[in-house]
Amino acid sequence: MFVIGERINGMFKDIGDGIAAKDVKPVHAMAEKQLAGGADALDINVGTRVPKEERGEVMKWLVEATCEVTDKPLSIDNPSIDIVRAGIEAADGKVKTIINSTTGQQDKLDAFMKLAADTGSSIIGLAIDENGVASTADAKLEIGMRTIAAAMEVGLSPDEVYLDPIVLPVNCDQAAPMIVLETVAQFKMLSDPAPHIVVGLSNLSQGALERSLINKIFLTMAMAAGLDASIHDPLDEELMNSMITAEVLLNNTIYSNSYIQAYRQSK
Amino acid sequence: MSKLEDAKEKWPAAIHELTIGALAADGGTRTSTVTVGGAAALPFMHFEGPTPNRPVIAMEIWDCEPPEWSEVVTDAIGDAIKSPTEWAKKCVEEFGADLICLRLMGTHPDFGDKSPEEAAQVVKDILEAVSVPLVIWGCENDAKDNEVLPRCSEAAKGECCLMGTVTEDNYKTLVASCLADGHSLIGLSPIDINIAKQVNILVSEMGFPLDRVVMYQTSAALGYGIEYPYSIQERGRTAALGGDKMMAQPVICMVGSEAWRTKEAKATAEEQPGWGDETTRGVFWEFGTAVPLLMAGTDILVMRHPAAVVAVREYIDRLMKTEGV
Repeated sequence: MFVIGERINGMFKDIGDGIAAKDVKPVHAMAEKQLAGGADALDINVGTRVPKEERGEVMKWLVEATCEVTDKPLSIDNPSIDIVRAGIEAADGKVKTIINSTTGQQDKLDAFMKLAADTGSSIIGLAIDENGVASTADAKLEIGMRTIAAAMEVGLSPDEVYLDPIVLPVNCDQAAPMIVLETVAQFKMLSDPAPHIVVGLSNLSQGALERSLINKIFLTMAMAAGLDASIHDPLDEELMNSMITAEVLLNNTIYSNSYIQAYRQSK
Repeated sequence: MSKLEDAKEKWPAAIHELTIGALAADGGTRTSTVTVGGAAALPFMHFEGPTPNRPVIAMEIWDCEPPEWSEVVTDAIGDAIKSPTEWAKKCVEEFGADLICLRLMGTHPDFGDKSPEEAAQVVKDILEAVSVPLVIWGCENDAKDNEVLPRCSEAAKGECCLMGTVTEDNYKTLVASCLADGHSLIGLSPIDINIAKQVNILVSEMGFPLDRVVMYQTSAALGYGIEYPYSIQERGRTAALGGDKMMAQPVICMVGSEAWRTKEAKATAEEQPGWGDETTRGVFWEFGTAVPLLMAGTDILVMRHPAAVVAVREYIDRLMKTEGV
């Protein structure tokens, strides 16, 4: 599993305060904590507290600050192509970048895929288009196909693409998680090499009481369906341990009595 | 007719590369070193990824005259078998061994019970007699090995030997010695991939670098369950190439000792008149045991009979050819 740590986000108080005070310490600390927790990549999100016109600058600052403490990939998280570009430029080729994200409208796909191809970035494609969040497996697949086709059009290999079927809060639509699981299994068959499949896991438990429990149960179910990447909180130790255990049960890693430790030591 | 799809596997990781032996410039006294591992593809699949180092052959010698070896082997070695240093020299100079595997069987309480000092002296003598790298293997009696191996480790300090074995239940003493004296380690697990991984985790927890570990998952002879080590090594190799750093260690196999335990290798023509000439049968058995283990990804083969060594070396030459593939 490829874990993208979600905690460098201006919505969290420590990062938000760091942004406001231009203090890199909380950013460094959160990057290091997430990597120690098992993150393979770090999501960088300026959040909504920052005024729109300043977001490009803040993204640049956050990326530069994070690059000071890691050479792991960074997921540049913003819907605006200009802000994403600013983030990629700030990484300056020092780390791999993942564009997070494009939606499935053709004009957006064309522009974002070109940016990915031009900058050697991977890209996350959401199952959202001009009609909003695709609610059925068929609709999600159709957007997925369009996303892969747009990637191939600019010469981007499908294994640089992460398809996100979109998980919605379980307390909003209880039928949605099952539809996501069906979609995950089918996404894998869209191309050879297969695209990666990612979810923004925490959204599933938004507003619910048992957040961690809901997240970890769904993560293991989705892994069994073929999920191979997730944006979540690597500081949630139980969540990470569940994920590591699922890797063993799915025969993706070899069991040993200290398999949890082995996973962490291998990072 | 449509084009056949490319079936080549792409692997994201490689086996750790490990050098055994230290030249004078690196603080040792060897005139040659041996580097194993580094493969980025399944064994001999040169079209899928590089195999930078060929498998090597260590010839097995003992610190005492082996009492029950087949005469076919002892005759081929000759009188040199009475002296570990002469035996080692003959293996290197006449039989072309890449390295020497010294087994300290004479230290076993039931088998001579030689002292740690005597064992350390043998190690020193062999390091003086030959200039190839050395594998030092205990008698597999934990209590005795824990007395003997630290002394041998100290006696060979700086020579970057490969020392073994450590197991899930007995590893701390030898790990500490090898850390202090700059040697590499052999982790033993009895045909159990989960324990193989566990041994690696345990030694790395003590701060021992995982790129200085070789796995010994125990071996078996042709006809005696060789499928088990084969499938375990294969599973370990695919996991390693898939990115599991705890399984990315080179592998050593005891080919000679396994092959020469079988009745097919040992029986005389008198005992088994239908089985053919005894002077070649066991050699074939040792060769036939080495081949599947090579295919499974063995990096260091420990062998006994000089003729089997020659045959396996030629076979490795052929397997390592990359032209036309």
